[in-house]
Amino acid sequence: MFTTGNELLAVCWEHNCSIAQAVLMREEQLSGRSEKQIRQELREVLAVMRASSRKAVGQPVQTVGSMIQGDSQRMSRYLKRGRTLCGDSVNTAMMRALSSCEVNASMGRICAAPTAGSCGIVPAVLFTCAEKFFLNDRQLQDALLTASGIGIIIAQNATVSGAEGGCQAECGAAAAMAAAAAVQAMGGAPEISLHAAAISLKNVMGLVCDPIAGLVESPCAKRNASGAVNAMVSADLAMAGIRSAIPFDEVVDAMYRVGRMLPTQLRETALGGVAATPTGKKIARSIFGEQRVAENV
Amino acid sequence: MAEYSVFDIMGPVMIGPSSSHTAGAARLSGVARKIVGEPFGKVAFYLHGSFARTYRGHGTDKALAAGALGLSPDDERLRDSLSLAREQGIEIQFLEADLGECHENTVRMDFYTLEHGVFSVTGSSIGGGNILITELGGYDVEITGTAPTLIIRQNDQKGVISEISTVLAQNNINIAIMKVKRKKRGDEASTIIETDGEIPAQVLLQLKSLDNILDVKAVSI
Repeated sequence: MFTTGNELLAVCWEHNCSIAQAVLMREEQLSGRSEKQIRQELREVLAVMRASSRKAVGQPVQTVGSMIQGDSQRMSRYLKRGRTLCGDSVNTAMMRALSSCEVNASMGRICAAPTAGSCGIVPAVLFTCAEKFFLNDRQLQDALLTASGIGIIIAQNATVSGAEGGCQAECGAAAAMAAAAAVQAMGGAPEISLHAAAISLKNVMGLVCDPIAGLVESPCAKRNASGAVNAMVSADLAMAGIRSAIPFDEVVDAMYRVGRMLPTQLRETALGGVAATPTGKKIARSIFGEQRVAENV
Repeated sequence: MAEYSVFDIMGPVMIGPSSSHTAGAARLSGVARKIVGEPFGKVAFYLHGSFARTYRGHGTDKALAAGALGLSPDDERLRDSLSLAREQGIEIQFLEADLGECHENTVRMDFYTLEHGVFSVTGSSIGGGNILITELGGYDVEITGTAPTLIIRQNDQKGVISEISTVLAQNNINIAIMKVKRKKRGDEASTIIETDGEIPAQVLLQLKSLDNILDVKAVSI
């Protein structure tokens, strides 16, 4: 059906349909399942996402490294004080992204989207769009389909793994997926979705994966928060009529090439970036003890 | 190039924090439990590479124990699996090991069965929660656990494969992927078959009753 953004646009053009419908048709063909069955599973995914993006807001959860717990509740209190620079939508989205990351780091239930490390971005943007634009369940499912379509293209032509392509491949891909879905939720055409996805990926091109102590906590949770915001500003830029100078497919290709140029120290090994700073190592030692850290970091 | 499904990207629904170190680990020991297919009193996990270095922080230990107990990768009891194992009287042991040339996230799982001694299963968590079982009781295999799988040990004789496929065809089971390997000509061989539908118990009995078949196990999904 499609393996690139251009092919996806061709399908949308040929069938005069949205990206969500094109992705649904592909899924029906690929899995042999009916639209009803697929939508049922999408509902289940959305339920898990909704729960994880809320859970830690009300009740901080104990994370393995104790580096991020309570952060989404801090955002919630800050929001309630009513005096923020970026306004409710941006801050609410960041709060939700942080919540999913806290739940993930505490061995709670999340949906990888596309990975566990980037699990906060798509739900944060989707549920914030849903509130802002009064999306119904079916529209939310369609947004999820659109986000998946972008993720499928990135996974097939590049990678969504931090160990392979750095954080740009995880949080970058998640932001691109969320941006395309947000554009669709706002009524934008398929090509606008691809511009938004391309802009999101470009905004974090080269971003390294450097988890402190090797744990999916810091800087991961904040990169989920900024990833959600990246998706939202990219969607707004594209909806304003601003185009990505480089087409989506070429940006995906460039992201993959950059990822392959990254040394292994900057790809999820906790051997470079902020993980290798004196404070990063100190945190690792306090969690795992001297010997283990000396061996790894 | 792999054909990704929507739910490969939006998924898996899992217990955090890492699809390869938690969800993949739970699937590895879960599939191993199904392959072993009989009661056991102890499991020893030999952790290699990244698994050995990071298993505590990523909860790989809890995930492996959970899979061995039959919990799914999205079961919230996963984080309490070590105490669940104690309650069930199953001993769980973790050992760091060098398993040679293999994927960074590889584990050998020795199940101490109550009746038939130790059964060893080795596999890797290859990313995104996907797994590959690479060795079973000394045989090299490739089992992904994504489709119902038949694991057959047979004598390396002509006609055996044909008899196996006849039984499957008679029972209306389509073969998706089939791999045959042998140690040396005329010795023991192994056949791994992934099928499009679940494999009923009576098919297993039929296969076991064939001449030259030494052992048959089925892994459902």
